[in-house]
Amino acid sequence: MKSLTCFSYPVHSLLNCDYLAYYFESRLSSLCILPILDSKFIQQELSAWKPILTPGWVIAIFIILGVVFILIGLLAFYASVHVEELVERYDVDCVPFTDKNKITKYIRDSSSNKTCTKTLRVQKKMKNPIYVYYQLHHFYQNHRRYVRSRSDKQLRSTKHEYETKECLPIATVNNNSKPIVPCGLIAWSLFNDTYQFSVNSKVVEVDRKDIAWKSDRDYKFGSKVYPKNFQSSGMIGGGKLNESIPLSKQEDLIVWMRTAAFSTFRKLYGQIKVDLDANSNITVVIQNNFNIYEFGGKKQLVLSTSNWSVGTNKFLGCAYLYVGGFSLVVAISFTITYVLKPRPLGDPAYLSWNKYPSIYEN
Amino acid sequence: MKRFVYINDDDQSHDLYCDNRISNRKYTVLNFLPKNLWEQFSRFMNQYFLLIACLQLWPLITPVNPASTWGPLLFIFAVSATKEAWDDYNRYVSDKKANEKQVWVVKKGVKKHIRAQDIHVGNLVWLRENDEVPCDLVLIGTSEPQGLCHIETSALDGETDLKTRVIASACAGIELELLHKIKGVIECPPPDKDIRRFDANMRLFPPFLDNDVCPLTIKNTILQSCYLRNTEWVCGVAIYAGNETKLGMSRGVPEPKLTAMDAMIDKLTGAIFVFQVVVVIVLGVAGNVWKDMEARKQWYVQYPNEGPWYELLVIPLRFELLCSIMIPISIKVSLDLVKSLYAKFIDWDQEMMDTKTGTPSHAANTAISEDLGQVEYILTDKTGTLTENKMIFKRCCISGTFYGNETGDALKDVKLLNAVSGGSSDVIRFLTVMSICNTVIPVQSKNGVLSYKAQSQDEEALVRAASQLHMVFVKKNASILEINFNASLLQYELLDTLEFTSDRKKMSIVVRDCQSGKIFLLSKGADEAILPCACTGQQIRTFTEAVEQYAQMGLRTLCVAWRELPEDEYREWSLTFKEANSTLVDREWRVSEVCQRLEVGLEILGVAAIEDRLQDGVPETIETLRKAGINFWMLTGDKQNTAIQIALSCNFVSPEPKGQLLLINGKTEDEVCRSLERVLLTMRITNSEPKDVAFVIDGWALEIALKHHRKAFTELSILSRTAICCRVTPSQKAQLVGILKSCDYRTLAIGDGGNDVRMIQQADIGVGISGREGLQAARAADYSIGKFRFLKRLILVHGRYSYNRTAFLSQYSFYKSLLICFIQIFFSFVSGVSGSSLFNSVSLMAYNVFYTSIPVLVSVLDKDLSERTVMQHPQILFYCQAGRLLNPSTFAGWFGRALFHAIVVFLITIHAYANEKSEIEEVSMVALSGCIWLQAFVVAIETNSFTILQHLAIWGNLLGFYVINWIISSVPAAGMYTIMFRLCGQPSYWITMFLIVVCGMGPVIALKYFRYTYRSSKINILQQAERLGGPILSLGSIETQQRSLERELSALSISQPKSRSPVYEPLLLDSPSALRRSFGPGPHTDFRTRNYKDN
Repeated sequence: MKSLTCFSYPVHSLLNCDYLAYYFESRLSSLCILPILDSKFIQQELSAWKPILTPGWVIAIFIILGVVFILIGLLAFYASVHVEELVERYDVDCVPFTDKNKITKYIRDSSSNKTCTKTLRVQKKMKNPIYVYYQLHHFYQNHRRYVRSRSDKQLRSTKHEYETKECLPIATVNNNSKPIVPCGLIAWSLFNDTYQFSVNSKVVEVDRKDIAWKSDRDYKFGSKVYPKNFQSSGMIGGGKLNESIPLSKQEDLIVWMRTAAFSTFRKLYGQIKVDLDANSNITVVIQNNFNIYEFGGKKQLVLSTSNWSVGTNKFLGCAYLYVGGFSLVVAISFTITYVLKPRPLGDPAYLSWNKYPSIYEN
Repeated sequence: MKRFVYINDDDQSHDLYCDNRISNRKYTVLNFLPKNLWEQFSRFMNQYFLLIACLQLWPLITPVNPASTWGPLLFIFAVSATKEAWDDYNRYVSDKKANEKQVWVVKKGVKKHIRAQDIHVGNLVWLRENDEVPCDLVLIGTSEPQGLCHIETSALDGETDLKTRVIASACAGIELELLHKIKGVIECPPPDKDIRRFDANMRLFPPFLDNDVCPLTIKNTILQSCYLRNTEWVCGVAIYAGNETKLGMSRGVPEPKLTAMDAMIDKLTGAIFVFQVVVVIVLGVAGNVWKDMEARKQWYVQYPNEGPWYELLVIPLRFELLCSIMIPISIKVSLDLVKSLYAKFIDWDQEMMDTKTGTPSHAANTAISEDLGQVEYILTDKTGTLTENKMIFKRCCISGTFYGNETGDALKDVKLLNAVSGGSSDVIRFLTVMSICNTVIPVQSKNGVLSYKAQSQDEEALVRAASQLHMVFVKKNASILEINFNASLLQYELLDTLEFTSDRKKMSIVVRDCQSGKIFLLSKGADEAILPCACTGQQIRTFTEAVEQYAQMGLRTLCVAWRELPEDEYREWSLTFKEANSTLVDREWRVSEVCQRLEVGLEILGVAAIEDRLQDGVPETIETLRKAGINFWMLTGDKQNTAIQIALSCNFVSPEPKGQLLLINGKTEDEVCRSLERVLLTMRITNSEPKDVAFVIDGWALEIALKHHRKAFTELSILSRTAICCRVTPSQKAQLVGILKSCDYRTLAIGDGGNDVRMIQQADIGVGISGREGLQAARAADYSIGKFRFLKRLILVHGRYSYNRTAFLSQYSFYKSLLICFIQIFFSFVSGVSGSSLFNSVSLMAYNVFYTSIPVLVSVLDKDLSERTVMQHPQILFYCQAGRLLNPSTFAGWFGRALFHAIVVFLITIHAYANEKSEIEEVSMVALSGCIWLQAFVVAIETNSFTILQHLAIWGNLLGFYVINWIISSVPAAGMYTIMFRLCGQPSYWITMFLIVVCGMGPVIALKYFRYTYRSSKINILQQAERLGGPILSLGSIETQQRSLERELSALSISQPKSRSPVYEPLLLDSPSALRRSFGPGPHTDFRTRNYKDN
């Protein structure tokens, strides 16, 4: 309040009287909390830092950026190189046909045997934990119809079981009042391929616990909410859920429902908690259930060792190296131009009205 | 529709006319909401946003929660509605105060104390000294024996002197007790807003029957809001009440002015809107195609095979909603906010405070500060604006003898003093006219000091001078004027006053010498009004010479004349005068015609010359502003020679031989036409020469030129940087402003008196000088300043900064909206062109309202150059005038920057957060924080000076972004629960941010550096000079050394036509500057060496 009064003192001096104006000025500024700031602010005289782009500064900035970027880039690149990654595409090999119609029929038929075996060769030793991902291509989890087709409230507690408005077209069974839990297109299209790993006929366990975010398990998916009427009628989408396990324990569903922002994405399937030696062959028995054939997608299985900074992604390392190199180039070229063609800053001779009679020539 | 007011009639008039309840309120409690909403929705922007907000209520198409638009929209509406409501409440309170004031009114023959709002038309109202007048009254009685009273009208017209009002003649001499019972009827025109005119008649009923219609003029009225002074009491009849009073009628909402910048912003908004429509159509079609080609195969999307009829519209509408953020909803609010701050800075500026009178500058119109920086023409009044309007009697010429030529002051001229004491009859007559031919009221204060209350400065100067020459005007008692001359008392009876009007240009009084009983006509006025009335046979050559000579010295001249009237001539004339005075129609014209009949055959007594000193700093101010490329026109009611002299003395035009004045004159159409064409030719030739050419035109020639040769005159206006228009009327001043405005020039009109009001209102920017001629001009103006020299600071400092700041702020607002919108568009390419939004509703709303609007608001503190540098190099204003900082090409730069930054953010985000990290909430926050980081650095790099507040706002806002998002992330119900904590814990997030900032800003800095160093603008050079410290000294010294040289150069250079580079402003190609260039040098004829003396 005090500063407010102070703020407005020049208005007081509207009174046509010198003495009064002076009186207000002296009284009110002494009342102020920040008299200097206030009066300087209203007179627009706050002390200011006025940097300008001198060649020295600009060149220094680019050199420093270049060096820092190359260093970070090298680090990141080094880290990503040390990540071992096995990627195996299996969608084509795991179907006995090439004709699209037949494939569709085959994949939709729940009785047909979709087991398929692949062998992966480990190039370098992979230290545990090894993360198992499935990677889908051309699958639009970010499609508008899809991404909003879920009911977070329903997932959270049984109280909101009937809140399926957002979930259309997968909301209730046969359009009556029996709600589907979990409702919506996302849950309905749950990815349902499974993998079994073995090395030298020895089964390698895949730990499918702890693959979802803890916050999701604890909060977003209720521990008392059990699947109901799920995939029970109409068109069957993806995987089914065990109705005796609460949603908070259905981690594959939780992972799936963290929708991806792009049409190519990886989702965690599980972790292998043993090391895989170099040159060992891993046999994967795949249940190839998930239908990506209809829209020409791709499916890949990925085994990857993690890393602290950049995951399996080489992009950041490369980008840093490129940007660092480029800014060094810029710095050097600026230096060269500066040396070859020095131009004194702020030379009043460049002011055309000092040089020529004409002000307005450009 | 005449109004008949029945005086003191208790029943009839009640229902006819409104009572005295004043209401300035725009709203009532009931209609506030609908009316205010209706007003707000009459703006296109609001309609657009409302449409968007309504569309968002349709869940099928809305990409985000409707709250993201409704929130800001309601906020904006609430802000402006609250402002309106607050203003209206304040009006209500002040109305109520006025309405409930107690006044004495006669009701049913008894004097009662009632509330002002209960006064009805026809009531008798009694006022005491220092009371405020509650409604318009016709005076019927006062305490003074002559039926006079004094009022102060400052609330009405700003004039602080006391004015005399007189009771209606029919009521003269009515006893105090009888006044209660007075009955009658007043016939008056319907309510109007002319405070200088009131033509009515009054007839009293028996027993007061006067057998005569008594004419009433404005002299017989006292108007609402005046104050009664020096009079014990008055009694009047209410004729107009409530909102129908003269004051109430003249209250009006002035047309809002739109700045050039606002127009440009609107234009750019329109362009963005078109762009948005194109984007929507393209994406909508692409979306529908993709849907049919691809999405139907995507089984997990479950597109129904049969859609509703509007199915084809759904995707385009979704994109319309997604892209609606392209037009920033916050821009109007931010602009209004910063504009009111600019205005406050003007109000607060202590360097623009007139310390002598303690008047600060004031911005009455808060919306047009940017225009100040874009002024191209200044049209200025002379008297009171350039000069001080402090009149001092300096010289005179009495019957052929020049006084004051040697000493420079006639009052100290021994010759004159001797002539006075010697009793030279000519001199005494001259002094008599000087002291009584006026409307001055001598006021004797209690301690015997005599002071004069005058409406005209000239008259006061004359009376004062006369009193110093021992002809003291002591007393004015009704019709008796008393003069004290050399200790003897002379008395004159004032018979009639032939008032001054600007058309007549003279005033006269008819007096009877009380000693001899003779009747005299005393006249004074402008030379061209008085000299033609001289009696045949009198030599007027010396007087014309004197007038010429004085005018060349820049003095104002008044001719003084007199005539003895035969008794019967006067009596005859007096009747016609009375008759003319009581006509209702065209009274002014009739009166002046009658006056003309008497003012003939005058004996010219002499010429008085009055000096009006130039204000402090006028020449410097004009020189600086002319250097800044602003053209000056002087519009004055004064004589040509006086005007030219003043113009020369205040750097308006350079003296010979560099300057050249071209005269346009002539009395007939042909002469004017020829002279105009000659000047035009000369203008075209000299335009390419380093000469300072100005044209001079008088009111008469101007009238003809405007009527018949408008096109030629317009061309002349474009070619000429300087013009002097003398003897122009207020409406001609406004017409000249109109001509320049029609050529698309930004005009600023500055004046101080009532005659400048029209020009001030007509101009893009009106500046009033709160001077001695009252506050009328200052009230009508957008800005009022105490002294002319503050204009320099107003334009160069406040105008320029405001322009620069708004240019940045508005373009930045578009930049940040485009940035986020482009990202949404890019995202739609990877999400199956289905119209999903990458960002969640909360982020979108907060992005516009908090994250990006706070840092930019502190740009109101940004200064690219220090005030001192700008004052030293006023040429720099050219960047503002030519609109170099906000035009389609700079806007394209910002558009490109938004596109580039969107690409950077999007590409880096999708690559850094690909594969297993591609969780949509995380990706959205990464992209959003990328935008926030970039915009913080963009604001930083575009800021020229960082004060503590800027640092706080820019970097504090960045921190604020994280704090806000951490808070939201800790709410489990929010969609982005834990997201921000997760991200901030990942090194890759920070590495990504760093990469985005460097990739986004690196090229910007490099480009800026390159431009700054190798393609530097004048602003850049001055910045460098100013900040590197070293050269600023040399700048200063160069300034002083080269001052004389530079003055020459600048004078030379300003005759060059401005060639605004079309590269910078393609939209202005067809502007008058282009027109200017297209005038090639005309055929070589030898009209050049004319100057003003050739006349």
